[in-house]
Amino acid sequence: MYLILFLIFGALCVAGALNFLLQRHPINSAISLIVVMTSLAVLYLLLGAEFLAAAQVIVYSGAIMVLFTFVIMLLNAGEEERTHGSKAAYIVGFPGAAALLGILTYIFLKQRDHLGSAKIGGYLVTTHDLSSVLFRDLLLPFEVTSVLILVAILGAVALARKEH
Amino acid sequence: MEVSIWIFLLLSVLKVIVVTVVLLMAVAYTVLLERKLVGRIQNRWGPTRVGPFGLWQPMADGLKLFLKEDILPTGVYRPLYILAPVIALSCGLITISVIPFGKQIYVKGVDLFQIADVNIGLLVILGITSIGVYGIALSGWSSNNKYSLLGALRASAQMISYELALGLSLVGVVLRTGSLRLRDIVNIQATHGLLSWNIFGGLQFVAFFVYLISAFAETNRTPFDLPEAESELTAGYHTEYSSMKFAMFFMAEYANMIMVGCVATVLFLGGWTSPFGDLLPEWGGVVVQALLPVFWFVVKVFCFLFLYVWVRGTLPRFRYDQLMRFGWRFLLPLSIANIIATSLWLAFRAT
Repeated sequence: MYLILFLIFGALCVAGALNFLLQRHPINSAISLIVVMTSLAVLYLLLGAEFLAAAQVIVYSGAIMVLFTFVIMLLNAGEEERTHGSKAAYIVGFPGAAALLGILTYIFLKQRDHLGSAKIGGYLVTTHDLSSVLFRDLLLPFEVTSVLILVAILGAVALARKEH
Repeated sequence: MEVSIWIFLLLSVLKVIVVTVVLLMAVAYTVLLERKLVGRIQNRWGPTRVGPFGLWQPMADGLKLFLKEDILPTGVYRPLYILAPVIALSCGLITISVIPFGKQIYVKGVDLFQIADVNIGLLVILGITSIGVYGIALSGWSSNNKYSLLGALRASAQMISYELALGLSLVGVVLRTGSLRLRDIVNIQATHGLLSWNIFGGLQFVAFFVYLISAFAETNRTPFDLPEAESELTAGYHTEYSSMKFAMFFMAEYANMIMVGCVATVLFLGGWTSPFGDLLPEWGGVVVQALLPVFWFVVKVFCFLFLYVWVRGTLPRFRYDQLMRFGWRFLLPLSIANIIATSLWLAFRAT
């Protein structure tokens, strides 16, 4: 049962990602990205991370992608033309991406014992567990991250401010 | 498979169908309620011709919309033009799946008065609301019409802005309960009737008003109905829609109103609990005792819808800059102040 769901949403995720790259119209790409993010949320849910799944839908599929579509609508972006691409992308890009994928797979497989694992459809991490880890054990990194985001917001405001 | 699993499946499917049909009927009759009430506010009768007191009016309207010609303008971007009303309506209807509308009573392992009891029910509702923006945004863009596009831009900007205040206004309730499960949120308000509801006993009246105002903006209702301001934008994002596609947007708006009413009832007005607590004697048999909470729930949602229509009948529309300033400079700080005050109060009480 869980495996079937995993296969369906994993396939949906990959299909959405491919469609995202292949579509020529920005709005179609944006919608494919929504599909990818929502399927990722389902995969998180299958791994027992329910809060993460909900946050993924609210923050990524909801807020961030709405801003993307908003900008596409506002600029009235038209269809892109398909180009042959740069040579550098063919020569460096594909082998680079393949090498990165290979290295990551190798490291993950080698360090599997140290990384810990979650079973599909296994133990459900409640919001309570998550918050006690986040606000007790990892309080400092968490707060430092929020300060980082605050700095980014202030930077955006400073850049967008009109000079008087 | 065993027989009991088949019974469980059958009962679950039956429950979903019954809830959906009741919800769709409620949507149809909310339209009638609005027409009747706005009529009385404006000193006229509202619909009276179809059936007694105009009670068959929703059916006639539905039939009319169903039989109208479905026009597909030539300039539209077809896939999204068709997808948009589907997204809008399904996001409006699907929220009911996590709302508890009665006491937890199991028959053959099926919870009768809630479709799905989810640990993160509140977050599911917020997630569905945030997806619902796409219905409006995509409809405006794919219509290839400047009025639609302007309406959709206004709607998305407004919904993103007010979603923040709406989400933050709910934090106080979650802090009091210590859970995101909607059943827990109702149960903690079930002890002393009216006095233990979140709006009174939970001291969340500020949060309630922030929620109320943001919910009006989220559902694009007067005084925040700029996305479909007919004097400036013809009909806003659904200008190019006709027949059933228009009906789907129309139904989505009223389904969203009902959902906001349900959420407000569950979070602030004690859900299905009676306002009198234990003061009322337990009369009637098991069936009456099971259905009484549903009655209270419906009464509360009805009062909320009445308020919605009342506000529509009395308040003029905001200007766009007023709307944005109000959301960002007043409601957002107010809801953050409410979170701080609630946390301090809870910490003080815990020590």
